[in-house]
Amino acid sequence: MRLMAILLEVANRSTALAEACGLLLLMILPLHGNESSLGSANRVAVAAELKTVKIYGAGGFRGLDAYQSGFYISGDGHVLTVWSTVLDVDRVLVVSSDGSRHEARVVGVDPNLEIAVLATDAPPPAWFDLDQARQAEVGCRVLAVSNLYGIAAGSEMSSVQRGVVMAITDLQARRGSIESVYRGPVYVLDTPINNPGAAGGALVDLQGNLLAMLGKELRDSRANIWLNYAIPVAQLRESIQRILAGQTIQRVEEVRQPADRPVDLAALGIALIPNVLDKTPAYVDQIRPGSRAEQAGLQPDDLILFVNQTRIASQKDLLDELQFIDRADRLVWLVQRRNRVLEIVVNP
Amino acid sequence: MDDLRRTQHGLAAPVIRSATLPWLRPWAPRFTLWLAASIWMLGSWNFSGWGTEPVAAPPSAESSSSAEVFPPVEVDPVVLAAQQQRVEVMRRASEATISIFGLDGGGGGSGVIISPDGYALTNYHVSSACGDHMRCGLSDGRMLDAVIVGIDATGDVSLIKLFDEQPLPFAPMGDSDTVRVGMWAFAVGNPFVLATNLQPSVSLGMISGVHRYQYPAGTLLEYADCLQTDAAINPGNSGGPLFNLDGEVVGINGRCSFEKRGRVNVGVGYAISMNQIKMFLSALKSGRLVDHATLGATVATDASGRVVVSNLLSSSDAYRRGLRYGDQVVALADREVRTTNMFKNILGTLPRDWRVPLTIRREGTLHTLLVRLDGVHTEQELTKLVSSEMQPPGGEQEEGGEQEEDEQAEPQHEEEKDAGDPLHAWRADPELAALAPNTQWVAAHLERRPGFANFYFNRLHRDRMWTQMRGGGDVERLPIRWQLRGQLATEPTPVSIRITPQQGRLEIGSRSVEAGLARERSDLVARRRESGLLLALEAMLEFLRTGPQKMGDTVYLGTMPVYPPQRFSLRDAEQHDVLRVLWGDVEVRLFAPPASSQLTLIEVHGDAGDDPIELYPSHYREVTWSAGTAALPHRLRLQYGTDVHMIVDIEQWIPASAHGDTEE
Repeated sequence: MRLMAILLEVANRSTALAEACGLLLLMILPLHGNESSLGSANRVAVAAELKTVKIYGAGGFRGLDAYQSGFYISGDGHVLTVWSTVLDVDRVLVVSSDGSRHEARVVGVDPNLEIAVLATDAPPPAWFDLDQARQAEVGCRVLAVSNLYGIAAGSEMSSVQRGVVMAITDLQARRGSIESVYRGPVYVLDTPINNPGAAGGALVDLQGNLLAMLGKELRDSRANIWLNYAIPVAQLRESIQRILAGQTIQRVEEVRQPADRPVDLAALGIALIPNVLDKTPAYVDQIRPGSRAEQAGLQPDDLILFVNQTRIASQKDLLDELQFIDRADRLVWLVQRRNRVLEIVVNP
Repeated sequence: MDDLRRTQHGLAAPVIRSATLPWLRPWAPRFTLWLAASIWMLGSWNFSGWGTEPVAAPPSAESSSSAEVFPPVEVDPVVLAAQQQRVEVMRRASEATISIFGLDGGGGGSGVIISPDGYALTNYHVSSACGDHMRCGLSDGRMLDAVIVGIDATGDVSLIKLFDEQPLPFAPMGDSDTVRVGMWAFAVGNPFVLATNLQPSVSLGMISGVHRYQYPAGTLLEYADCLQTDAAINPGNSGGPLFNLDGEVVGINGRCSFEKRGRVNVGVGYAISMNQIKMFLSALKSGRLVDHATLGATVATDASGRVVVSNLLSSSDAYRRGLRYGDQVVALADREVRTTNMFKNILGTLPRDWRVPLTIRREGTLHTLLVRLDGVHTEQELTKLVSSEMQPPGGEQEEGGEQEEDEQAEPQHEEEKDAGDPLHAWRADPELAALAPNTQWVAAHLERRPGFANFYFNRLHRDRMWTQMRGGGDVERLPIRWQLRGQLATEPTPVSIRITPQQGRLEIGSRSVEAGLARERSDLVARRRESGLLLALEAMLEFLRTGPQKMGDTVYLGTMPVYPPQRFSLRDAEQHDVLRVLWGDVEVRLFAPPASSQLTLIEVHGDAGDDPIELYPSHYREVTWSAGTAALPHRLRLQYGTDVHMIVDIEQWIPASAHGDTEE
């Protein structure tokens, strides 16, 4: 890469020399503009674009996109991307920013991170070294490179967006009514970077260091707004190494341990209506005066819909769920009272 | 289909109908907030020192006083200077940016003034919602009247002209081909019609992609070779400028990709490139409905990735110039073609009727052809499409004529006008009357004619060209009969030409050709012989004698490139003004350099499918006759396609009497 940078530098100064430097440089040269324009991120952007790829596979109907993004992670032409329905074909088409097209196969996937590694079996024009990836801090200015909306076609370069890392937090998101599998740390950005086709794109800092991979389109579980986020490379590195080593990664089902001292409805002061059916709704029958439930504001005839964000369909669901919640934990009840939905917090 | 679904037009803000006109309200509190937020945003981005340190995190909610946490920050003077410079650039950019409304306060888009005499650019989909008379708000709070000048519906561009007695602030037009991915850019405009005091909003972003191609929405509004930016472009920003950090307009914002997040910016906006608009500007100033170009051929990528001709119309000029099925297209209009998208990008930015170089590779050899581009639409199609989208202000009114009546209404008729009168609100309130539209100026600068956006401007340029022609001498008193004596430029063969409006006779050595010039002129064009010189020469003389309209319906087309012989590069071509005259069954195009009295090219177009006669007059010298003096050409080059047919050097122009005797 260092050699490349030097070549680019030289090429920019001497057109005659550039012509001798081969097709790739000729292609890059017109992408670089007048650097006197204040603060242009042109160089970093183009360098990152050369490492990203456009991926085409299954889909293209019923709102399923047939394209997504990815980036090279090795000199052997391995590509990191998200695991999605786009990859549900024998061979996916990977198009580099130099216009070269490769039929790639899926080397392996990590169902827990929802990532996949593809093999193009051709040396890429440039790639990101995962070992050189950096960690971002809040306030870090970043560039997101992806083929969002499939705008770039053929040999055209992917799109670049700029943004700032606003927060580093654990992902709590969903797609439709399904919770996202990955719940680990993410960079939250101030810019809408997770658009159709953007998943698998690269997030780099303004020096061009790889920071993270753009994730799929997700909504925040609570606020229901579309998230702008990327998964840090540090979260992906080990898994990628295992995939490249030929290991199969199984889906880890979350196993919850029952709480030592589970929540007791009676102790809270809640009595439900008689549980006479398989699916008796979790209606509150009575609230003991002076109990914590009363203090929190629960009332008779409230229908319990959620407890700590878990959907409660019946009294059985509620009693099962309470087994996993300790008496010392905070309880957030979502209840329906007549035609209103209320959130009620019961502190320990 | 996906792309079509996702890319939407109509960024013009929804129609606002309220009792008070939105731009007359005082400072709105939300605007102040917006401005404050914008200033904070700008301040937090430092350009010259960018990338070295992350921005300091804002004070957290817990800290009651930020001073305790953050000691005073020493800011590098370079950073402050760069910031000051940016603030200044954005201030100037805002001054040139306008908000555009319909007469009833509806519509709501943006635009940018590009010259001190008030020419401004906007989107066609903004101007079409306002009709042909609109109101434009400047950042200083003034509201000016504007009329439509020219419409490029395919490219989604409209040119309008603002009225003010003083020179107006304007933004310089930049070179959009110098724009690169990763460069900073900022959009200025009136998103969500927030600018209630007419101060436009500024949003900073980055160039996300260049040379993008976005398919036409329906049959119009193709965005070829456009710029992609993540600067926030929202409904209401349409037609507004995208600036580089030097404060030059590099594009006109008009399109966004939307999907599941609703009609708000998701980081993908498109701007029509300024270089495309520059190519259309003279045509837009002609008051016409201008059209984009087709080659008469389509291309496709073959198995080896080459762009090859996949379909070809045998009636096209490209076919006549030698383009054949399977030829590899290497360059168009001096720009390299490597993909079909690049080809569509280049073609989509070219005006119809232009001649441009097309470089092809056939059997390993490169050939450059000079091809004449056809239009995407017929003039009738374009007129129909545009008239169906142009909504007269006032809503219910369908007829343009009624609108005119309103503008000329006598004061006593006012009470009779109902709410359908767009000016009703102005007239009803005496305080607003002073701010009412200047209908006199509009009436004097707006001339409706089918097929034109505003014929007033066509007349203006047509008359300007005619005035220039008359600067060449007593052209209106040119005799109607002439004898010309000379010889071929290539060999010493004597040439004699006798010409009258009815008949021409050309003698070359011992050969002679006669041609009737008064009727069935298209047959003469189709013949492709020396006699074409007589027809084109008579067309030139008749135009000079009679001027526009008397010879036939005359329209100014704008400027087009004229190439020196056998030099097929746009760099070698000069842009000349073009007039089109309908002359019996042929169409005559007269070319002259800007501000020149000398015609440089006369084209006579016959039937579609025939190459026009091209007569290049040059070597102008004074010729005197009994009634006057005028500069007339002393070299005539006859050309069909790109083949030079004959060059004649004229030694003498001799006025002839009615009997054919020369006047000595």
